[in-house]
Amino acid sequence: MQKPLISVKDIEKTYNDEGGETRALRGVSFDVNPGEFIAIMGPSGSGKSTLLHMLGFLDRPTKGEYKFSGRIASNFSDDEQAHLRNEKIGFVFQAFNLLPKTSVLDNVKLPLFYSDIEESKWNDLATRAINSVDLSHRIHHETQQLSIGEKQRVSIARALVTDPDVIFADEPTGNLDSKSGGLIMDIIKRLHYKGKTIILITHETYTAGYADRMIKIRDGKVESDEKIESSRKIGEFKK
Amino acid sequence: MKLYHSFKTSIIGLRVNRVRSLLTILGIVIGISAIILIFSIGKGAENLILDQLGGMGAETIVVRPGQEPKGPSDFAESLFQDSLTTKDIEALKRKENVPHLSQIAPAVIVPGSVSYRGETFKSFNFGWSAELMKEMYDAELESGIVFGEKEIRNKASVAIIGSDVKDEFFPYEDPVGKNVKIKDRNFKIVGVLAPKGSISGFNIDELVVVPYSTAQKYLLGIDYYHEVIIKADSPENVEITVRDIEDTLREVHDITDSSKDDFFIVTQEGMVDQIGTILSVLTIFLSAVVGIALVVGGVGVMNIMLVSVTERTREIGLRKAIGATNKDIMAQFLFEAILLTVSGGIAGVLIGAFFSFLTAIILTNFAGLDWTFSFSTGAALLGIVVSAGIGIVFGIYPAKKASQKSPIEALRYE
Repeated sequence: MQKPLISVKDIEKTYNDEGGETRALRGVSFDVNPGEFIAIMGPSGSGKSTLLHMLGFLDRPTKGEYKFSGRIASNFSDDEQAHLRNEKIGFVFQAFNLLPKTSVLDNVKLPLFYSDIEESKWNDLATRAINSVDLSHRIHHETQQLSIGEKQRVSIARALVTDPDVIFADEPTGNLDSKSGGLIMDIIKRLHYKGKTIILITHETYTAGYADRMIKIRDGKVESDEKIESSRKIGEFKK
Repeated sequence: MKLYHSFKTSIIGLRVNRVRSLLTILGIVIGISAIILIFSIGKGAENLILDQLGGMGAETIVVRPGQEPKGPSDFAESLFQDSLTTKDIEALKRKENVPHLSQIAPAVIVPGSVSYRGETFKSFNFGWSAELMKEMYDAELESGIVFGEKEIRNKASVAIIGSDVKDEFFPYEDPVGKNVKIKDRNFKIVGVLAPKGSISGFNIDELVVVPYSTAQKYLLGIDYYHEVIIKADSPENVEITVRDIEDTLREVHDITDSSKDDFFIVTQEGMVDQIGTILSVLTIFLSAVVGIALVVGGVGVMNIMLVSVTERTREIGLRKAIGATNKDIMAQFLFEAILLTVSGGIAGVLIGAFFSFLTAIILTNFAGLDWTFSFSTGAALLGIVVSAGIGIVFGIYPAKKASQKSPIEALRYE
């Protein structure tokens, strides 16, 4: 049997807010094998974003065990987590989070700043990542000059530039119209074909249809976890 | 992340907010310019004063009666001190007492003016030795001669006048042989000095010099001197000569305790030291005031950095999400603060130098001072180091705050 890339067991997360305790996750368990394309679905407030933050080393669980590549993640220091985020993980956010007044190239290069990769390779790596999202004609434009669809493509290129093992996409089409949303999903699907592990957070059934496994979360627990037999292919977008 | 990249990232961060960055450093720019200006003016003033003192000659020693003055009122008092008399001059003239003495002449100051045919001119009237005066101020005679020992001995009513006095009373004729009046007594002009200007604060051109003996007896009615001017045979012997003079005068005046001295000695070196001390105290005081201004500027930088950290919460979150460690974020914001203040410092040095130069031009051309522009690289370096220090001190708190932001909180921030 294949060794899982990600393995969570009885993960819990409790926030202490002014109004008292909020139990965002109440014992979540599942494994993710390398190369899988998983959609995590759930209504807002279900805890799916909290789960993504745990998996992406942006937050630590209150209880439970998280293993990444066989190593127990709760033992990682802050700096090690930062390093893992840089090397093994790429994030695609709903709000893109690009630096304003900065060129596409510099935005995509940003993760390399924090990496161990030699500077002489930076331009080459960034250019390749930009080409893979079909934005080579916009490489020197500043980000505020781009359309929102193009912006999300820049953020995908940025997530790809360090050649990570996993891509976490948090509602990547949430701010986009259906046409550019479809284009983005095509790009993500293509990454999956190239062997990347993809974890997609969404509340749209249509977008989730691109994945080959769907985990539904409700009230901080896994409601269902099943394979999608005929997932959507590249170029199939419609809404 | 390497330091160089933190540095580059900071430059990008500052470029995004150009106008704000400029406004933030304004306080630092003004503070550092002020420091440069203060140092430059201090140095210029010192040069100016030293230049003027230079005319007195390094070998010159001035003995004045009374206690060393601590302020202007004390100086006025010294005019009424009667402790320096002919007896002292005789003792000082003796070779065995002061072996390195080459010249000595007592002087009295005659307050008032000089007049000619009912017209008066506000002059500096001195009872002195014309020979020593001419030598000390390196003055040339335009016409006539200087009076000598004989005239002093005979208490002759003769005078030497400066060129402004001549221009006032005798614009078109040679004044030699004419009589001018000081305190209703006629003095025959024997010599006229060539134009010379100011030396040691005196305008030589406004001088009227008469024999000291004459001034004592007929103009002031006193038997003591206001000062005694002595020249040592070389600048190296000034120190030993000062000691010989002190010993001699204490003996003549029966003084055993040097704190009870009824005279004091001024040398050029002593004056230079004193003026240097006054100027440096002044410079330090002004710098302290500027220092306070710089602290205020630093608080301004901290304020803006805190605003900037809050505004860029999202950016901080993103950077952390893609791999920035707390240290990376801290370095980035600290570098931004230092970059801000150091560029403020450099701009301040340049602006300060510009205004120092402008001051020099204005003082030379419009105030008629012989002012030299001076730019202290030490002060410039200090200014830049201080501004970097401000960046570190006032940047560390905002940078720390930035680094402690949690990436999810930061990304959630709208």
